[in-house]
Amino acid sequence: MIDLLEKYPKVVEDEVVFWYKAAPASAFPENGGACVKYKDLQIAVFNFSRKGEWYACQNLCPHRMQMILSRGMIGSSGEEPKVACPFHKKTFSLKTGENLNGDTCAITTYPVKIEDGYVYVGFDSGYS
Amino acid sequence: MTTKKSQIIVVGNGMVGYKFCEKLRNSDTEDRYQVTVFGEEPWPAYDRVHLSSYFTNTDPHKLQMAPRSWYAENKVELRTNELVTLIDKENRVVVNHLGESFPYDYLVLATGSSAFVPPVPGVDKKGVFVYRTMEDLEAILAYGKKVKSAAVLGGGLLGLEAAKAVMDMGLEAHVVELAPRLMPNQLDEQGAALLRSKLESLGIGIHLGKMTKEIQGNGKLTGLAFQDGSFLETEMLVISAGIKPRDELAAKAGLELGKRGGILVNDALQTTDRHIYAIGEAAVHRDKVYGLVAPGYEMASQVVNQLLDKETKPFLGFDMSTKLKLIGVEVGSFGDPFGTSEPSHPISFEDKAKGQYKRINISEDGKRLIGGVLVGDSSSFGMLLQMTQNGMPLPPSPEDLILGGRDGKSNNPMEGLEALPEGAQICSCENVTKGDICQHVEDTASGDLGQIKKCTKAGTGCGGCLPMINDLAKHQLKKMGKTVKNVICEHFPYSRQELFDIVKIKGIKSYNQLLDEFGEGDGCEICKPAVASILASVWNEMILRQDTIQDTNDRFLANIQKGGTYSVVPRIPGGEITPEKLIVIGQVAQEYNLYTKITGGQRIDMFGARVDQLPDIWEKLIAAGFESGHAYGKSLRTVKSCVGSTWCRYGVQDSVSFAIRVEERYRGLRSPHKLKGGVSGCIRECAEAQSKDFGVIATEKGWNIYVGGNGGSKPQHAKLLVNDVDTETCIRYLDRFLMFYIKTAEPLQRTATWLNKLEGGLDYLRDVVVNDCLGIGRELEKEMDFMVTTYSCEWKEVVNNPELRAKFKHFVNAEEEDPNVQFQPIRGQKIPVDWKS
Repeated sequence: MIDLLEKYPKVVEDEVVFWYKAAPASAFPENGGACVKYKDLQIAVFNFSRKGEWYACQNLCPHRMQMILSRGMIGSSGEEPKVACPFHKKTFSLKTGENLNGDTCAITTYPVKIEDGYVYVGFDSGYS
Repeated sequence: MTTKKSQIIVVGNGMVGYKFCEKLRNSDTEDRYQVTVFGEEPWPAYDRVHLSSYFTNTDPHKLQMAPRSWYAENKVELRTNELVTLIDKENRVVVNHLGESFPYDYLVLATGSSAFVPPVPGVDKKGVFVYRTMEDLEAILAYGKKVKSAAVLGGGLLGLEAAKAVMDMGLEAHVVELAPRLMPNQLDEQGAALLRSKLESLGIGIHLGKMTKEIQGNGKLTGLAFQDGSFLETEMLVISAGIKPRDELAAKAGLELGKRGGILVNDALQTTDRHIYAIGEAAVHRDKVYGLVAPGYEMASQVVNQLLDKETKPFLGFDMSTKLKLIGVEVGSFGDPFGTSEPSHPISFEDKAKGQYKRINISEDGKRLIGGVLVGDSSSFGMLLQMTQNGMPLPPSPEDLILGGRDGKSNNPMEGLEALPEGAQICSCENVTKGDICQHVEDTASGDLGQIKKCTKAGTGCGGCLPMINDLAKHQLKKMGKTVKNVICEHFPYSRQELFDIVKIKGIKSYNQLLDEFGEGDGCEICKPAVASILASVWNEMILRQDTIQDTNDRFLANIQKGGTYSVVPRIPGGEITPEKLIVIGQVAQEYNLYTKITGGQRIDMFGARVDQLPDIWEKLIAAGFESGHAYGKSLRTVKSCVGSTWCRYGVQDSVSFAIRVEERYRGLRSPHKLKGGVSGCIRECAEAQSKDFGVIATEKGWNIYVGGNGGSKPQHAKLLVNDVDTETCIRYLDRFLMFYIKTAEPLQRTATWLNKLEGGLDYLRDVVVNDCLGIGRELEKEMDFMVTTYSCEWKEVVNNPELRAKFKHFVNAEEEDPNVQFQPIRGQKIPVDWKS
């Protein structure tokens, strides 16, 4: 199961070489998330419609290795946008991926952009 | 400075070896050292203290101190599966089993210990094991499958851990101890006797004062022959009789050893070569080997401090106080448990009925606590240990310490915390003081336990100090003048009750509107479901109109289970069901290959449905006349019933009909937490109504109403609200009780806790519900009537609404299901593959 984690290496915006056109923005619930499939990856994409912001991270919660984060509730801790895993309420920053309420390892976050009403998720050369 | 970094080599990647690396990396901010650590086992360091949990869950990752990635990220070169075979101390080089050499500037020997195997004839027989490493455990687990009984040699701490492990494997367990009592190093005679009787009542055979003469068996084990002529039949033997420091490498290198083995170290933890340190169980300091992890961690800290030229103090021995839960029995031993280190007098107290024994040893002048023993209830351990370690003054009647405050005398733990000096060690595994914790709380102005653990490391070892840390954090917040106001989270400066009133009075119907007008930020996983529950309790609108503020169970109207599939529970009011409907459940479960189980609430749960299957499953159930059971909601679950006067020869009222009426009245009612009810047809109480949030028990004259009962981890009997009321009055009072609870409770507070904390308690509740002292009785009934008349089955709405139905899928951009969902068979059904734990 540890191998699953290794499929999600960190991606930073500057190194994106490929933007995957995932789905129309309207397919994502307001102030919530949905799961995007890209090759054999599962990416959770979150629509912070109150603020007009989008975030993406691995769908895998590293605490119990469950493909679930897209079904988690989103929100903020101070200024930090976050998602809470539905299983045990581990919360992760959607900016840094860091676990905010414990010492579970961090998750990988991905850049997201909206163009012409479509949601794009960015991948670097490691996964394009 | 651009000088070359110094090289540290750590031999041994056990708990202490790992802790050394962690502490060094945390403190070596100037990056002065390069670190290489050798471990002979194939995996990174794991938590040996909780090894027995491996018996119930065989995922080795769970026990890891840190994943491999930690070593890489922290620039610690980890070489597992490599044995260091030679130290050349003249040239400062170690050599591994492959013959490769590695130079060092400092060498840290954390080679640990191996199990001490007494020289008894027959220890080499098949079926004899030691209890030390993960590999030992795997061998024990494999062999344990072939036998029915096992004996553990050693009645100390580790031996009893091992006994628990073999008991967990389902084997008949025996403990054999040479001394005349269990845990001879920690417990006195009376405490050990109580522990013995508790363990015996759990079915563990205890054999004391037994010197093993021979382990008998022809190839395979048959039993133990003792010096006194007696014989114990057993098919397996686990030796856990103590430890033997791993000093062979040090001995070969010519380092001096202790008289009975162990690498000799001075107060600076240096061996006889000043470039070589020894820490943990491998070291012998002032004739003592420390077989616990806390002193090992302390040694690691001290060496780190020396290497980084930080303030160091000599290692002067370590308090061996221990607290643990052995097979469900709490045991604590602190300071000098026997009171023999100085003249003292003991005070002891035993309650045989409760199975508790407590002893404290008071110094001769009556001013200090020097140690003690606790069996059966170790809740005062933290406080007593602190008083012992810090020489705190005793109260005028020291017996209060173990008897608790009597005659209305206060026994508030907070008062004790106040008296603790700043330097008092709260977490002995990580050596965190009261000052450290208070400082953290002060700096962050927050008492968040997770953050305290993360930043100070307190409570991350054995976890025994966590309750105390929590009290301390609260205490500190209070001292800082931060009133601990019951606001629901950082996004709303209101209590649940205040938010409830705001929603109702201002007519607010959406979470976003409430957040815009009365909150701040983007909300979170605490306020979203709490507000969702309030909105549902006030307006009773379809909850999926705001699906992303619901917890996952409410968002998908099903209960999430391991693996990310859901379980489905149709309502079966009162537990009454026709054969036709039973058949439908069977057919649906069969068609979708669902695991089925009878629940505790007299209904049937079907597990393993993928999110995309849920609407199809419900379409079939609804067509057969079922409706949602709300097993997923913080809402009414079931009203359990006994069969009552229709069939039962003792029944005095028709409990099934009444249970169905009550369940159908409150179905779908959203509340601060789940609600369970029960109706019994006579005083025999077969429906266990007194363990429910509301229970109704038939009498000759009508019904008795009980409220505030609870099963779960803190079971509590419901309390009698009113006697002998007729059916309509009963319903009216239940309406009022439930609505009053819904309007005033905290988020996720069950009725039992709510009632316990309600000012005025049961009498006040009776005044409100029965005597209508607030004059709100009518209003509460009207509000409940609104809930009853606006009820509709959520699943029916989803099934008939294509837009809602479309939300039930795993991927937003693909029609396929989650490929990671996997099952395995069990007893003719399926269960999810176990998760990483």
